[in-house]
Parts: sequence; C-alpha cells; structure tokens
Amino acid sequence: MSEPEPETEARRIAAEARDRARFEEEALALADQVYRVARRLVGSREEAEDLVQETYARAFRSWRSFTPGTNMRAWLLRILTNLNVDRGRRIQRTPQTQSLEETDYYLANKMASAAGEEVLETDEVVERLSQDSVVNALSEIPPQFRDVVVLVDIGDFTYADAAQILDIPIGTVMSRLHRGRRALKQHLAEEALP
Amino acid sequence: MSGDPCDRCEELLQDFLDRTLTDQEWKEAEGHLAGCDYCARRYRFEEKLRRYVKTSAVERMPPGLMAKLDELRGLDATA
Repeated sequence: MSEPEPETEARRIAAEARDRARFEEEALALADQVYRVARRLVGSREEAEDLVQETYARAFRSWRSFTPGTNMRAWLLRILTNLNVDRGRRIQRTPQTQSLEETDYYLANKMASAAGEEVLETDEVVERLSQDSVVNALSEIPPQFRDVVVLVDIGDFTYADAAQILDIPIGTVMSRLHRGRRALKQHLAEEALP
Repeated sequence: MSGDPCDRCEELLQDFLDRTLTDQEWKEAEGHLAGCDYCARRYRFEEKLRRYVKTSAVERMPPGLMAKLDELRGLDATA
C-alpha cells in the first residue's frame, strides 16, 4: 500500500478535527439536559456531577462510535445509565416491604378525603405537596421503575428512546412507567398526607 | 364496558394523558368523562400533578460543571 500524499493526509486530519470539534460542541450543548436526568437517577448532587463527567469523558473518547444525525441526547443517556448501573451508584434506600403500588386515583382520593372533593378543582391543589416531597417521593421509587419515570416524565424522552437507552422492550418501558408513576403517587401520599 | 365504569376510566388515565389509547378506548374514556365529574376532576388533577412533578424535579446544572466538561474535550481514545 502506498503512503497517502502528505497534502491529502493533512486534509483528512483537518476534516476529522472539525468533525470532532462539532461533535464536542453538540454534546456540551446538551449538558444541562443530561445533568437534569442524572440528578434524579442518583442520590446527591456530587454523584450526579461525577456521573456526568464520566459520561462526557467516555463520550469524548468514543466520539467516532456516534452516528451523526441520530439522537445524541439519547446516546449520551445510554452511556450515562450504563455507567450508573455498572457502578451500582443508584440511590440506596432500605428496601420497603414490597407493597403493591396503589391505583391511579390514590393520591387524588387521599387529598379529597383530607380536604374535601372541591380541593381537586383548585389550581393550587398540587402546591399542597411541597417540591421536596416530590423529590423525596421520586427517590423512593424502586430503581428500575424510577429510571423510566425520570427519562420519560422529567427528561421528555419518548418510549422508544427510553427503550433504546435502557436496552429494554417498549412494552417494558410502558409497564414500568405506569407502575413507577403509581408508586410515585403512593409515596407522595405517604410523604405529604400522613 | 364491564365492571365499575369509574374503575375502568381509572385504568385508562395514564394512556389517555400519554395519548396512547386506541380510538375505541379514547371514545370510551371521553364518553365516561363527559358525564362523570368524579373522574374528570381526577384526570385534571393528574395533568396538574405531572407538570408539577416535572418542575419540582428539575435542578439546573451546578455552576462550574460546564467548565470541567469543557476541559475533557480532545480526550484520547487510548487514554
């Protein structure tokens, strides 16, 4: 095989450097969105920061494996959730007595019985639940359900994206999402309406 | 529709808000909601709750993290 012309080689290197810089810019522009998801998958801000840094380190090293034109946010989250699982850095809570999550009206029914049916009509009804109680309730959902709730309801990923990120079938995404949301409402009812 | 119609409506809640019901189920839910204040209130509550969960859970990236990520640029694949 003959050596490439030095000029051709220089052009190739320059083109690759441009592609790489473009990839890095695009990835960094998504950092805030990546962090938001990371923050709800792990227990502390420090862990979330570490996880996001490891994700970007890996992404920047393996930038060639990203297919331009595909969903980079989902690609970054795939790296992030894999790292999170590998390191077992999920929020560790004392496992609860595995009660079945309640039905979908559970929280609304609890609020109505505490404050009257009319309370549900008010615009401020949800503000009766503090933001802290929402964050705590999210962290109480079992991890495999929480991952899906965080990706879909907080990260705005589609079912298909969540399925790809977590490497599970779409049907599993949907069933975990439904159960995760019901568990969230049950924990919210326990947190906010003792 | 068999069984308690409100129980059935409750089952359809999440898919209704996710817009993943079949046409048949959609009509079933809409038909029930039009005449049932009890379920209609709970559907509206769920919509408000979803928005509230999202706004409550969002935490912006801490200052300084972006600079740390920026420093990672150009990492060698072999490093």
